[in-house]
Amino acid sequence: MTPQQKATLQKLGPFLALLLVCAGLAFMSPDFLSVGNLMNVLRQVSINALIAFGMTLVILLGGIDLSVGSILALASVFTAMMMRAGYDPILATLVGVLSGAVMGCVNGLVVAKGKVAPFIATLGMMTVLRGLSLVFSNGSPITGFQSDFFSMLGGGYLAGLVPIPVVWTLLMFALFWFVLKKTVFGRHVYATGGNAEAAMLSGVKTNRVQIGVYTISGAMAAMAGMVLTSRLNSAQPTAGMGYELDAIAAVVLGGTSLAGGRGWIFGTLVGVLLIGVLNNGLNLLGVSSFYQQVIKGSVILLAVLLDRSGKK
Amino acid sequence: MQIKMSGISKAFGPVKVLEGVDFALQAGEIHALMGENGAGKSTLMKILCGVYQADAGSIEVDGHAVQIRSTTDSEHLGIAIIHQELNLIPQLSVMENMFLAREPRRFGVIDSGRMREEARRWLALVGATQIDPDGEAGKLSIGQQQMVEIAKALSLNAQVLIMDEPTAALTEREIEKLFGIMTDLKAKGVAIVYVSHRMEEIFRICDKISVLRDGQFVGERVIAETGFDEIVRLMVGRELGDRFPKREVEIGAVRLAVSDLADQGNIAGIGFEVRAGEVLGIAGLMGAGRSEILKTLFGVNRRTHGEVSLDGQPLTARTPSQAIAAGVGFVTEDRKSQGLVLGMSVRENATLVHLAQYAHGGVVNGRSESEAVARLVDELHIRTRDAELDVKSLSGGNQQKVVFAKWLAKPPKVLLLDEPTRGVDVGGKAEIYHIINRLAAAGVAIVMVSSELPEVLAMSDRILVMHQGRQAGIFDAASATQETIMTAATGNN
Ligand SMILES: Nc1ncnc2c1ncn2[C@@H]1O[C@H](COP(=O)(O)OP(=O)(O)OP(=O)(O)O)[C@@H](O)[C@H]1O
Ligand SMILES: [Mg+2]
Repeated sequence: MTPQQKATLQKLGPFLALLLVCAGLAFMSPDFLSVGNLMNVLRQVSINALIAFGMTLVILLGGIDLSVGSILALASVFTAMMMRAGYDPILATLVGVLSGAVMGCVNGLVVAKGKVAPFIATLGMMTVLRGLSLVFSNGSPITGFQSDFFSMLGGGYLAGLVPIPVVWTLLMFALFWFVLKKTVFGRHVYATGGNAEAAMLSGVKTNRVQIGVYTISGAMAAMAGMVLTSRLNSAQPTAGMGYELDAIAAVVLGGTSLAGGRGWIFGTLVGVLLIGVLNNGLNLLGVSSFYQQVIKGSVILLAVLLDRSGKK
Repeated sequence: MQIKMSGISKAFGPVKVLEGVDFALQAGEIHALMGENGAGKSTLMKILCGVYQADAGSIEVDGHAVQIRSTTDSEHLGIAIIHQELNLIPQLSVMENMFLAREPRRFGVIDSGRMREEARRWLALVGATQIDPDGEAGKLSIGQQQMVEIAKALSLNAQVLIMDEPTAALTEREIEKLFGIMTDLKAKGVAIVYVSHRMEEIFRICDKISVLRDGQFVGERVIAETGFDEIVRLMVGRELGDRFPKREVEIGAVRLAVSDLADQGNIAGIGFEVRAGEVLGIAGLMGAGRSEILKTLFGVNRRTHGEVSLDGQPLTARTPSQAIAAGVGFVTEDRKSQGLVLGMSVRENATLVHLAQYAHGGVVNGRSESEAVARLVDELHIRTRDAELDVKSLSGGNQQKVVFAKWLAKPPKVLLLDEPTRGVDVGGKAEIYHIINRLAAAGVAIVMVSSELPEVLAMSDRILVMHQGRQAGIFDAASATQETIMTAATGNN
């Protein structure tokens, strides 16, 4: 086996784990492989997937974004308030996503220009934005908006089979894959995450790259917020709590290094699916939710340990 | 102490790096280990000090077979190494680095007083009294970091001292000091392995030379009985042309004009002009502000005073990206921290600066990028099996060529070079000199900082000598000698 083959195998490790878990679940629960259930799993994971794609860029930079859950909530509150006030739902949705981008941009400015460690910067923003969503919504869910367009975002189907959120997720996956693999911006993300000083001395505008990446992460979180709000038919100021951890877990499961500079979007998709499939399968098997946590946590630890030991 | 390595082989994956290499070292000798970039010198020495394990072969110390499985094993045997790449932990202080994992203790807690005293003593021994033992290691210049590494290795009181290109970032004065120490150690019976690509040093200080070529041992010579040409022939396997190729260039109009340049306290009163096709060398001692001139021109350090113009237009770049856009290129001094993204491939590093060249609307054209990289790899003779490999898997000298390659995709108007041949072998150096000459012929104005005096003298048209942040003078290279440069650099006018 050449080192390249070995590296490829290594990279595909999480993917093999996913296949293994799927095979096991199919064996134990006949319902698992039904088309209905699989589509259900995909729809359930789409929210985490959208957030995790943005998070992948942030982690590639060697950063972290803890504020995604709060961005999701505040953007949802904005959109819901606009719709309830009678604005066009498409406009309200766009404004929601844009507001997420602005919040992300603030993260980026604090990190890049203010030279604040990403953990602290986004922790602060996480609290501020959560507080703002409670302020704007008066602490209670915003409901009572009727729009076919908006309920389609989270609940609709393409060709009567594929849930719209899944379509979104796949489109975003393709876009992120393309950006990271084929564009100058993607290359600059890897370079900045790998060695910011060398990148800067090579003319990469590392500040702009950072701001751009946090902006994207914010927009993706807001997009996930649209899907969630549409599914629930209400905007919850407390929505998205703890979502940052699921997203980070998915990114790391997919083999992206927390130190920055190394990773890929396909891995993140696999990580998202692995977490989603586990959730679904354990439910199907009727495992108590207490044990579910134990099992999920163990799988994450095991997968990451295997990944690390192989890299030595 | 006597060391005998026999039949050492080592492969990384499918790549055989060493094949049946023999190497013998006697007490009280300074033994040069020579070979082209990637010949396997560092790998052989890392096997001797337990960083890597050989796949085959044996090591004997004083006639007894030993197993060296870790650096702890080699330390117990009395073997110390100064690695080619600097290994200080930037956030720790100088003394914490020097005594890492063997901190002097009192009642179980670290005795910083004694640690400081010891650190100061060893630093003074190597003549680095200006380095503060409490200062952060990461804040030191590359040369100073190298001095700390040397002091650290000496403080181990080893019987065998391996020095893998210890002088690559040092200037004349520190080297003199180091050679003095090496001669003392030799008299005390310490065996020293000395790896360097600076030929003059080898012939001055060493007793014996062992040569590796492509991972194989090709011979051992006694210095007194051999010469430059034979060693090069052994290393390269063929005759090498001119060591410093001649440059036939029409010198053109002034491209870079600098007057009364100052930064925030490192340099002041710098003024010079460089014409199209001209190479201005910058010489000086460590810490004299040579690199600072380049960094200020490139927008890394803030300019506080002075005028700079490029082709008659004022150059106001305040960031590297602005400098690059204005037509300035900068081959940085420390490839590990400033030159390369080690986790990226050779291709990705080589095109980092001018990636936009191969892109349309922000989308990279993979084919034209790969073709350009293939050309650069070929042109610079970068030794790599595949441009898709991580750049960190290349030997030091080949990494340096990749740093150079970054700027060649689109020739700049002014190219700033900071130790452009650091760690590059004789053949590679000649190749880089050819590239410099070709760029000069194409009208590029070149400013080159180098600690290697023969290189500065041979490659420059004029030489600016720095002394303590000021300009001590500009000399015509044709009439300058090592002595005139050194006199100016030490401030004796
Ligand atoms: N960890 C590694 N993994 C894979 N290949 C390696 C590794 N270390 C070294 N090599 C390869 O082994 C060969 C020998 O490298 P080595 O660093 O020993 O050369 P060297 O003689 O010290 O060169 P230089 O003069 O440039 O320092 C090179 O081709 C290099 O690419
Ligand atoms: Mg080496």
